[in-house]
Parts: sequence; C-alpha cells; structure tokens
Amino acid sequence: MATVTRAPQAGVLARAAGKRRRSKLAIREAIDGYIFIFPWLLGFVLWTAGPMLASLWLAFTRWNLFMPPEWVGLDNIRQLFADRFVGISLWNTAYYTFLSVPLGIIASLILALLCVQEMYARAWFRTFFYMPSLTPAVASAIVWFWILNPEVGLANMILKSIGLPPSQWIWSAKTSKATFVLMSLWGAGGNRMIIFLAGLQNIPQSLYEAAQIDGASSWAQFWHVTMPMLSPVMLFNVVMGIIGSFQVFTGAFLMTGGGPANSTLFTVLYLYRLAFEQFNMGYASALAWLLFFIILGFTIIQLRLAETWVYYEGG
Amino acid sequence: MATATATEIRPIKARMLGRRMKPWPHYVKRFFLYIIMIALSVIFMVPLVWMLSTSLKTQGQVFAHPPIWIPRPIMWQNYIEVLSVAPILRWLSNTFIVTVSATLGTLISSSMVGFGFARLRFPGRGFLFGLLLATMMLPGIVTMIPTFILFKTINWLDTFLPLIVPSYFGGGAYNIFLVRQFYLTIPTDFDDAARIDGANNWTIWLRIMLPLNAPVLTAIGIFSFVGHWNEFMGPLIYLFTEEKKTLALGLRGFVDPYLASYHLNMAAAFYLTLPMIIIFFFGQRYFLKGVVMTGITGR
Repeated sequence: MATVTRAPQAGVLARAAGKRRRSKLAIREAIDGYIFIFPWLLGFVLWTAGPMLASLWLAFTRWNLFMPPEWVGLDNIRQLFADRFVGISLWNTAYYTFLSVPLGIIASLILALLCVQEMYARAWFRTFFYMPSLTPAVASAIVWFWILNPEVGLANMILKSIGLPPSQWIWSAKTSKATFVLMSLWGAGGNRMIIFLAGLQNIPQSLYEAAQIDGASSWAQFWHVTMPMLSPVMLFNVVMGIIGSFQVFTGAFLMTGGGPANSTLFTVLYLYRLAFEQFNMGYASALAWLLFFIILGFTIIQLRLAETWVYYEGG
Repeated sequence: MATATATEIRPIKARMLGRRMKPWPHYVKRFFLYIIMIALSVIFMVPLVWMLSTSLKTQGQVFAHPPIWIPRPIMWQNYIEVLSVAPILRWLSNTFIVTVSATLGTLISSSMVGFGFARLRFPGRGFLFGLLLATMMLPGIVTMIPTFILFKTINWLDTFLPLIVPSYFGGGAYNIFLVRQFYLTIPTDFDDAARIDGANNWTIWLRIMLPLNAPVLTAIGIFSFVGHWNEFMGPLIYLFTEEKKTLALGLRGFVDPYLASYHLNMAAAFYLTLPMIIIFFFGQRYFLKGVVMTGITGR
C-alpha cells in the first residue's frame, strides 16, 4: 500500500508526480478490493439483502406458489395476532429459550472451569464433554428417541433403578419442553465451553496473584477477577445462544412433530409447516419477520445491558 | 516477616518430605475433582455409548432388563443389514459430494474476500465490513422462504446446487471475519516486498497469504465440513427424491422404529456420527484452535 512513498530513489522532483501516481495506484487497489470482495457482495445481494426485501414484500401478500401473489395489505399481520398457534409457538419458544440459554451457559461455564484445572487426562475429559455437540442432530434425535422411550428406554430404567418415578419425557405435554431443554444441555460441552475455556486461559495469572496478596478468597477471586475478565466472552455466548435457540427446530420436527398437544410447536416448526407443507408463503413470511423482530429486540436489549456489566480491558 | 521466613524454609522441608508436604485438603480437593470429572464424562458419553452398544446387539438383547452394555455376541452384521433397509451408502456418497463441494467453496471464497477486507483499501470498506458483521447476527429464518422461491424459479429444486453454490459466494460472514483477523496478524512487509518484485494482488494472495493462512483455513475447513455434514433443514427443503437425499435427511425415517427396529436405527445413526468422531480425532487441535479464534469476537 505504501510502497510508492517508501521507494528510496524517489527524488524531490518525483514527489510531485508521485501524488498523481499514488492516486492511480489507489484506484487500482480499490478496483482490486472490489473484485476480491465481489463474491461476498454478490452473495449478500442474492442471499441476504434480496431475500430480505422479497420477504418483506411477501409478508403483505397471499401466495401459494401456484397462483400469482395477491397483495392483501395488513391481513397477514392481523392474522398473526388472531392465530392462536402463533401465540402457542412463541410461548413454547420463549419457554425453551429462557430455560436452555441460562442453564446452558452456566453448565458450559462450570465445565470450562473444571477443564481449566491442572489434572491428568485433561484432554480426554475435554473430548468427552465435546463429543455430544459433534453428534449430528438427526443422529442424536434417533438415540434420544430410544433412550427416552417411556416403556423400554434407558432413561426410565435408570430412574427406576435408583428409586425415582419414571417420566413420560417428550410424550407428555407437561414434561416435553423441559426434556428438550435437558437434551440441549447435553451439548453444553461444545463450542460454547471451548470459548469460555479460551477466555479463562486469557486471564493473566498476575491478576489472581494480586488478588491473593490482598487476601481474596477463591469465591471472591471468581466474582471479582474471573467474571469481569470473562464478561465479553459471556456476552458473545448469551447473544449467540439466544439467536440460536429462538430458531430451535430439528429436534422437535423429528421427535415430536410439535406434540403432544402442541407443547413443542416451536415458532420455526410452525413456520416450516406454513411455508413448506401448506405453501402459505405470504403468511409464513410475516411470521418470519415477527420472529426476526423479537430476536432483534432481545439482541439489542442484550447489547444495551452489556454496557452495565461487560468489562473491556482496553477501554 | 513471618511469611518471609516461612517461604524460605518451605522448599527445604518440601524437598526433605517429598510430595507428602502438600496439606491434606489439597488431596481431598483433587479426589473430588476427579470424581466429578469422571461422573460428568460418563453422563456426557452415555447416549453415544448406548447408541454404539445397541447397534451391535441382537434384537433379543435390545430390550433386555437390566440393560446390557457389552453385547454378546457382537453383531457387526447389523451394519450390513441396515444397508438393505435404506440406500444408506447412496446417501453417504451424496453427503460427501455436497459437503466436500461446499467446503471447497467456503475455503476459496472466504480466503479471497477476507484478503480484500484485510489488505486492500477501497471506499466503503468500513461500512461493508460492518454490514458483514451484522449479517452474522441475522437469523437465517428471514431469508429462507425467498431463497427457496429463488431456487425454485431457476429450477434448482431437488438438486445439490442450493446446498453448494451459496458457499462460493462469501462462504459465511463468520469465516470471512476469521480469515481477515488472521491476515491482519501477518506483517505488511511481506506484501511490500512482493510488490517491489512486481507481484500483483492476486499473486500476493495466492503465493504469500494462502500458505501463511493454512492454520485458519484448516480450522474453517473442518468447521465447514462438520456444519454441512450435519445440516438438516437445507436438504429437507431442497431435496425430495429418495436417491438424492443426504444421509442426515435420509435418516429422518429412522427416528421412529417403524422402518426398522432399534438396533438397526442405532447402526444407521452411527453411520452418520462416525465421520464426525474421526474428524474430531484427527483435527482435534484445529478444532480447539478454531473455536478459540472465534472467541476473538467476544473481545
């Protein structure tokens, strides 16, 4: 970039001409720059910006893919508020999110705190914790469906053998959502734990030494050294966790199909049905935007709240 | 003062008494730490072990009570038998085609776009990069329906193209971000030296940056592979014909044991899981490094 100015032979006279030459080089660099990012730029238009605009327009139409789309104004939005399945699915999704995200984050943090300790076979333990998150969603649905079987499944066999009452798990409206939360916790040792682990390893040891000299207990060290230093990583995990878990789909689609009694009808599952089973593209787009605004709202709240609890070392 | 003398004496005493010098609560703590780690490992591994164990049982042993953990005899033939229930090998090769093609696209385009953002100056770079970061937080669900309609209009439904082609256009905001961060750690002296020798930006990217970028590209390659391998919703929306399905989509019918019985279901699930386990063991350090690199985002 700065090659021209650096050329040592460039005399005083050349300097005047250099400015023109530099701007020529700058133009060439800019052209190259656009060429290099062109794939993303085109992809952004084709698969992000374009679809978003299209979906915004679709939200005000009725369209079943076969007939031409018909402009219906605010009908879809009105229907969103009248449709009881929208309410049910949002409630289910919120219930799932607000249990699975905090519990999942606490679990990941505890696992990371354990994995950061010096011990034998540490890499093995970390591998065991990480493995479930690598299991493809379909494979884990297959194995959980078998484990949770109320009559012959392993889960109830274990519960009975230690004297606890068996559960209906995903087959009862009372326990189905909690079971999905439990299954999501199985993946707590995944990338989120590793991110925490990296965050923990980045904390300078000198901070702990200073705290120890001041007589801080391990508990005090955790709250006054570990947590503040970990807070940027925590924010990242919370924001990404909420975005991901509001879009929960595969498990419920495969295992319960939204049942029993719509207790696991999550919003994306309902949306999938509207769009790809009933071909109600307009209304489904309206629901997608509703979900988008809800997720956006939570993300903005998170980022605003972050100013009060996230500690940035640099500033 | 008292502490000063204590620390002076300690090493001598410790040397004399060896390891026993550590106070006893230390060993109690260690003991509990290992107990907790082992218990948690068991909890996390039980579903996978149960999958493997069930997949190797005879039908009679599947429902045994109390549960049998080590099947006898070990029914390796279950893995052959399940192939006759569904075209699993076909699905497996479909998945390979989609996953490898998409991963290749992700690598090429993210390293290229990342180079543009990290090394070349052009008007609007800051704004466009901000836009790119914003798309990381965009829930995929808003763009799903129009994207489906787009692919339907150009007659790409029931082909692998919708699952592959988008990877060649950017390769994901996350990956571009990672590559760019990595390029930024490479001193610009390399570029300058090459420029003096008459290299243009393409040569610099291909000959200098790509080789230096191998660690981050390996990590991205692994993540992209795992991501595409596990993907369910894309194939669900775009693929219909039985012979065109990916393994994840094809195994949909194996959740409920109406197609086969549990031991065959578990064998099918293991076909899908095993490649992930293999990749993890070979690429373990890249996995961990890769995730750690994403941790930059939090800072």
